Amino acid sequence: MDIILGIRVADGTIIATSKAATRGISVLKDTDDKTRPLNARNLIAYTGESGDTVQFAEYIQANVQLYSMRENDIELSPKATASFVRNQLASSLRSRKPYQVNVLIGGYDVKTDTPSLNWIDYLGTQVELPYGAHGYAAFYATSLLDKHYRKDMKVDDGLALLKLCLKELETRMPIDFKGVYVKVVNKDGIKEIEGY
Amino acid sequence: MSRRYDSRTTIFSPEGRLYQVEYAQEAISLAGTAIGILSTEGVVLACEKKVTSKLLDNDGSAEKLYAINNNMICAVAGMTADASILVNNARVNAQQYLKTYNEEIPCEILIKRVCDIKQGYTQHGGLRPFGVSFLYAGYDDRYQFQLFSSNPSGNYSGWRATSIGANNSAAQTLLKKDYRDDFTLKEACELAIKILSKTMDSSNLNSEKLEFATLSLSKVNEGKVIHKIWSDKEIDLLIKDSGVLDDKREDDD
Repeated sequence: MDIILGIRVADGTIIATSKAATRGISVLKDTDDKTRPLNARNLIAYTGESGDTVQFAEYIQANVQLYSMRENDIELSPKATASFVRNQLASSLRSRKPYQVNVLIGGYDVKTDTPSLNWIDYLGTQVELPYGAHGYAAFYATSLLDKHYRKDMKVDDGLALLKLCLKELETRMPIDFKGVYVKVVNKDGIKEIEGY
Repeated sequence: MSRRYDSRTTIFSPEGRLYQVEYAQEAISLAGTAIGILSTEGVVLACEKKVTSKLLDNDGSAEKLYAINNNMICAVAGMTADASILVNNARVNAQQYLKTYNEEIPCEILIKRVCDIKQGYTQHGGLRPFGVSFLYAGYDDRYQFQLFSSNPSGNYSGWRATSIGANNSAAQTLLKKDYRDDFTLKEACELAIKILSKTMDSSNLNSEKLEFATLSLSKVNEGKVIHKIWSDKEIDLLIKDSGVLDDKREDDD
């Protein structure tokens, strides 16, 4: 019942992930960060089969960084990163033991000055969305986001909307997800927002 | 003396040279000239066709110019058979990159990949190196229009104007003299014709002995790259426009 949520606003992309690491009926850890920075302006957030998730995210992270090393510090754009991840999941799906990982990729393209949020699931579905979530969080949060999301929102408005979503999740979710880590990807890079 | 080190590509001579690689480069300097010129509006590639025969059943397709993907074309000097292997490889690589990243492959990445294959044949196997040099004309959103050349050793380099094949040093001298970096595409084409008319040893220049291709940006569709391999008619027209034939006649007088 991990929560990962993403909101793309006019000047950046917000990613929120729950802090609880659970196994069966126990919470094992309440400071689990379900994100990995891929490069300066690309952040991947993941949920799914534990073990698969970290393995997959770090594999992607290594490959994206390898690309930059080979190509004279030129970084993969968010769109290229998302396509690469989709491709990896799609080939994994057709292997003997597929990765069961769903991800959100928050990115900022410096070339076109546009933030983006990519939603990718373990079947290799990839879509660029204004806001999105995986798992149960999607059921509770999407209706709120549908109602309150505006295209011209800035990061601060997005964070306020995120608060609304989290309040709903805390009310409705059957178990405590121990709060969330919130990160913003914008033209300056990836930054954690304290106080959530 | 050198014969002892000739037979294998992988062995250095006592002077520290790889003869087979040098011979491959030598073979290319006998092949038809190819010229590439960068302009503000695009890139032009021009080649000299060496074998022309009345009996040759030509369907009008280019022999030495190939499209690699939407953003790149290349010209070949050397063994065409070897080139087609590498061109095929480049095309596959370009499509593979497009499939994984959903973006066109940046020019230099593709050139590097083809050159890595070439380099491999100078180092291992008891095989001969690829006997081809390439001129690549490309466009990407990192560096816009680009012109590269590569040779059998697996080295590549970027240029504003260069030439490979027969008389390449003469062509390069002429390029150095006449190149300006504010060329329009038309001016670049005319310079290419002018230089080819001087470096080729035949007296009358016509479309039978030339191949021409240009890479430019679409004026209608922003960001779309157009590559055009010219028809005989268009080449003849360019020759006429450039006035090289008139100059020649004056020289004869």
